[in-house]
Amino acid sequence: MKKRNLISAMLPVTAIAGLVLLLNACKSGSTDHKTGADTTSTTTSSPNAGLKLQSGFSAAVIAEKLGGTREIAVTPQNNIYVKLNNFKDGKGILYLTQDSTKATLTKSFGDYKGTGVYVKKGYLYTSSDEEVFRYKLNDKNEVINPDQPEKIVTGLLSRGEHEAKAITLDNDGNLYVNIGAYSNACQVADRKKDSPGQKGCPILDSAGGIWQFKADKLNQHYGDGIRYATGLRNVVGMDWNQQNNQLFVMQHGRDQLHDLFPQYFTTKQSADLPAECMYAIKKGDNAGWPYMYYDWQQHKKILMPEYGGDGKKEGGQTAIDPAAAFPGHLAPNGLLFYTGSQFPEKYKNGAFIAFHGSWNRAPEPQAGYFVVFQPFKDGKASGDYEIFADNFAGSADKAATGRAEHRPCGLAQGPDGALYVTDDNQGTIYKITYKK
Amino acid sequence: MDFKKALLLILTFGLFTATLQAQTKHKKTTATHAPSAALKASIAAGLPIFTENCVACHQADGTGIAHMNPPLIKTPFVLGDKTRLIKIILNGFNDDVEINGERYSNTMASHDFLSDQQIADLLTYVRNSFGNKASAITMAQVKAVRAGK
Repeated sequence: MKKRNLISAMLPVTAIAGLVLLLNACKSGSTDHKTGADTTSTTTSSPNAGLKLQSGFSAAVIAEKLGGTREIAVTPQNNIYVKLNNFKDGKGILYLTQDSTKATLTKSFGDYKGTGVYVKKGYLYTSSDEEVFRYKLNDKNEVINPDQPEKIVTGLLSRGEHEAKAITLDNDGNLYVNIGAYSNACQVADRKKDSPGQKGCPILDSAGGIWQFKADKLNQHYGDGIRYATGLRNVVGMDWNQQNNQLFVMQHGRDQLHDLFPQYFTTKQSADLPAECMYAIKKGDNAGWPYMYYDWQQHKKILMPEYGGDGKKEGGQTAIDPAAAFPGHLAPNGLLFYTGSQFPEKYKNGAFIAFHGSWNRAPEPQAGYFVVFQPFKDGKASGDYEIFADNFAGSADKAATGRAEHRPCGLAQGPDGALYVTDDNQGTIYKITYKK
Repeated sequence: MDFKKALLLILTFGLFTATLQAQTKHKKTTATHAPSAALKASIAAGLPIFTENCVACHQADGTGIAHMNPPLIKTPFVLGDKTRLIKIILNGFNDDVEINGERYSNTMASHDFLSDQQIADLLTYVRNSFGNKASAITMAQVKAVRAGK
């Protein structure tokens, strides 16, 4: 009886507290609505668009509310192509022209969603989740015929999980496409407790790696391409390193170590492991998924628990070592080697990585939602990474709960050396610049 | 925040509070009513099962992850047909469907290793958390669906 009275007495208090919370939620909601109307918003009115940057750098929002803006390419004329995984007005590719302070949406085309976009030698390359297209560009790098792209690659596997087809090109006429594994750890039953890893994981025949195709040959299928690298669970951030003339990729590591193996991993270990790895790829390389994962705390390749591991036994003896390793589940979606001259010297030839932010750290706090810089020396990762641009989430609390306002995804470098970052949560494009 | 919205919210909240108080009062008069106590016990037993098996994907507040793991809040998959819901736990779920207008890419694994009682408690917890309010799922219902699957 006493208890029930207490609950009754508490009700109005709880209700008022809840009301205050709701009102606050509504307040921030209405701010979001305003951002489309070119008036004040938290993002555009706060210094550096709400981002926390290294000293000397500034950031501005040059476009927003563009839909699901994934990867981005900036032309030598300083104009922008961005690929959407959510249509804006029924179209999946946007072209924006830039003046000094903002970018204006000039053209939209392409009736397919997707992730990849790349400009190279007079063509715009884009990807859906099954195909790669290209569009001929004029001498100003404008698309000549937006309704008639050439189909370069077709029929790639897309089974929901890890469906995004990231793309990049080398300097020798080759196109590289990520085909993500439609699985967490190649279990017989995906993500099911006690379901063993499949022997000779069959997924690797047609996914879980990077495929190389010709950039100028039409209608290529799997048989026309080469499995350039295997044992990569899922890659979204990838770039051709011009200094090494070599492909670099960022792998999304496996999920759910604690869920599936609570006897070996605490929730904290499961939040931090495995590493999100950067790999320097040579033709024929194997990065080891699903038989091993990389532990950035022990600096070791560890046998995957679905294949008999316990968090300690080493594995992956034939797998390549990562070029750099980052904490778990941060979800690297953008990779860019900086070749510009605007930023201080230490940034030259180093790697920017856009971490989309985690979901698989629950019940531990979520993390990520930032752009990291990994220094390089003589073509090799050298020294600790720094968090270059933080607070895309909007606050520490929004990051911890995973309710991030913005989620960094694609990266590009402008002809003047400015760095562009997309946010695929609200369709924002940020431009980061440096002044001495 | 405009005034109409604020007013609406205050009204809604007032009603909500009033309803809660009314319910509490109602409960007072039927303090020994068995189903309510059973429901509470089942919800309480469901929480640790949810934490151990579901939180990583659906999150502690049931909101899920955009494009990957669906929310458990006010969706017909949770609040509707009990047999379908029990089957999702037993068989997993990998159909390409829209849930409240959104598609979700991750595989939901079968959780048939949970006992009938655990599944009943878990689903009763989910159906009565995050703003959901729906009837309990019983061990007998889970048992029947498992036998007939």
